[in-house]
Amino acid sequence: MAKGKVTINEDICKGCGLCVSVCPKQVLELSKTKINASGYNPAEAVNDECIACTSCAKMCPDCAITVERF
Amino acid sequence: MAVVFEKTKALTDLKMHYCPGCAHGIVHRLLAECLEESGDVKDAIVAVPVGCAVFANKYFNFDGIQCAHGRAPATATGVKRVQKDKIVITYQGDGDLASIGTCEIVHAAARGEKITTIFINNGIYGMTGGQMAPTTLPGMKATTAKNGRDPAVNGFPLRVSEMLATLDGPAYIERVSVSTPAQVTQAKKAIQKALEIQKKGLGFTFIEVVSSCPTNWGMTPVKAMEFVREKMIPYYPLGVYKDITAEGGK
Amino acid sequence: MAKVLMKGNEAIGKAAIEAGCRYFFGYPITPQSELPEYLSSELPKVGGMFVQAESEVSAINMVYGAAAAGARVLTSSSSPGIALKQEGIGYITNASLPAVIVNMMRGGPGLGTIQPGQADYHMTVKGGSNGDYQNIVVAPASVQEAVDMVMEAFDLADHYRVPVIVLADGLIGQMMEPVEFHYVPKWDLPEKDWALRGKGDGEKHMVENLVMEARECEEWNLAHYRVYRKIEEQEQDWEEYKLEDAEYAFVAYGTVSRIVKSAISQLREEGYKIGLIRPKKLWPFPQKAFDRWDGQIKKYLDVEMSMGQMVQDVAYACNDKHKIEFYGRTGGIVPGVEEIVVFAKKIMGGDK
Repeated sequence: MAKGKVTINEDICKGCGLCVSVCPKQVLELSKTKINASGYNPAEAVNDECIACTSCAKMCPDCAITVERF
Repeated sequence: MAVVFEKTKALTDLKMHYCPGCAHGIVHRLLAECLEESGDVKDAIVAVPVGCAVFANKYFNFDGIQCAHGRAPATATGVKRVQKDKIVITYQGDGDLASIGTCEIVHAAARGEKITTIFINNGIYGMTGGQMAPTTLPGMKATTAKNGRDPAVNGFPLRVSEMLATLDGPAYIERVSVSTPAQVTQAKKAIQKALEIQKKGLGFTFIEVVSSCPTNWGMTPVKAMEFVREKMIPYYPLGVYKDITAEGGK
Repeated sequence: MAKVLMKGNEAIGKAAIEAGCRYFFGYPITPQSELPEYLSSELPKVGGMFVQAESEVSAINMVYGAAAAGARVLTSSSSPGIALKQEGIGYITNASLPAVIVNMMRGGPGLGTIQPGQADYHMTVKGGSNGDYQNIVVAPASVQEAVDMVMEAFDLADHYRVPVIVLADGLIGQMMEPVEFHYVPKWDLPEKDWALRGKGDGEKHMVENLVMEARECEEWNLAHYRVYRKIEEQEQDWEEYKLEDAEYAFVAYGTVSRIVKSAISQLREEGYKIGLIRPKKLWPFPQKAFDRWDGQIKKYLDVEMSMGQMVQDVAYACNDKHKIEFYGRTGGIVPGVEEIVVFAKKIMGGDK
């Protein structure tokens, strides 16, 4: 059961993958289908295991991630 | 449901021009968060370098000045001597601070200028395209050291935090990194402490951030962070190098 | 205020304080060191700040910061030190900031000599930093004039938002003359609402220097040049000396103009109709003086303590390079009255 929720601002995400690499629950992946206006594959949540630890947001160089806790 | 992490208002809404995975964005955010949380955004003035962070003033939602290459500590000195009650920060890379601006940073530190310097050490010239920096590791490749830095030809890297810690002027010096979430948390604490010490007028404060440059290192952002942990940090050990507020000083 | 006897360098320091300057950043170099020495003890007495920088480069970049923070700020040096300051002068210029820079010229190039010279004309009047720009350059010929010009320099800098260079030489810096200080602001200057003070409850201020787009950079430059055109129209400044009946005119500035005046006295006693156009500002160059007198002047006798760095400006101003004769000494030599008289007589047709 999800304890948290990540929201990615896909317009400013540069698809660097740092958030993906630090998520302890493998919630995030770089999208295989979406491409944003800058040509990047943005990160997206692929399951509802988020525990709102904010590790992804801490590593995001572009402030593209908002984290909420239930 | 409560928001536990969102973009700080101390950054503007401009999209940063940095390459994917560049840690400048992380450190910009940490500085901005620290100032927002302490209520000091209205009193902050940042002196930005020549290098990739030359436009950092556009991203920070407070006053800023673009300096000549390496001269930010001198320019910040001029600003701070006039605006004594404001919080003055220089934000500089390794080419800027540890090469062309070595003189300025050493003397600002020695004078105990009541400013905070954030020093991004990623061992390479980023904006000009991957040339050897004063902090490039021995053996590390650069466009002006194509077979890797050879100390016999190019000399050895500078360890700036250690060097400045020998001076009496600095009040606080810490080397941090941002290659893991835990390191990011620690880096923020270090910046917070430096800014508090500046506000108390205790002396010069210096935070070195061991960072990455995925583009010019020729690595993915994730691999570059691994390189930071495996190669950079052993050469540039993290920790507090000076803290006059610690028990008995340090 | 009664006149007091003061050394040029110290008088300049006092003039700066009288004009409201409270910040000085500098580095020792002969022959201007009395100025930082004076200000190091006098500025703290008026709540000001003196910082001895680690280099000329640092000093001018401190000036950049202090000017950006809204202060009236001064730095000074002598020729090789001014060469080092060129980087920062360019940045201050590009950012449209006011600052006053004193150059007590000595002989050059390189380390040169510590004796007085005028060989930094090109560096200061034509611009020693990179890019398209001008700085206002004032050229005092006495200690009193140095005092008045330094005071005016702060007003000019603030009014036009440009650096102003006070171009004197070691003699002006070292000589003692009676001076008085009477600062009257030239304009009612507005508050510096662009300065870096922390944004408070308002919008943030940015002092910028890098322009990514060439088109935008051109716009910046053109904006500067619109100001320069105004300065050229408003701020030309010169002295006319014994020109009413003159057929010949010396052109000389600063220390040399004083020696030229002695030469004029001697020449006039012998019947020569000769006077002097003395530029008090070297940029903008006093074109209007030449427009005014050109009809009656047969030849201009340009005398300098350099190898003729001002000649091109005189040629441009009178629009006839054939009307110019040049005499100069270089490397720190101050010409004597006699050699100037001999030079002038040769031009004007020998002994009468």
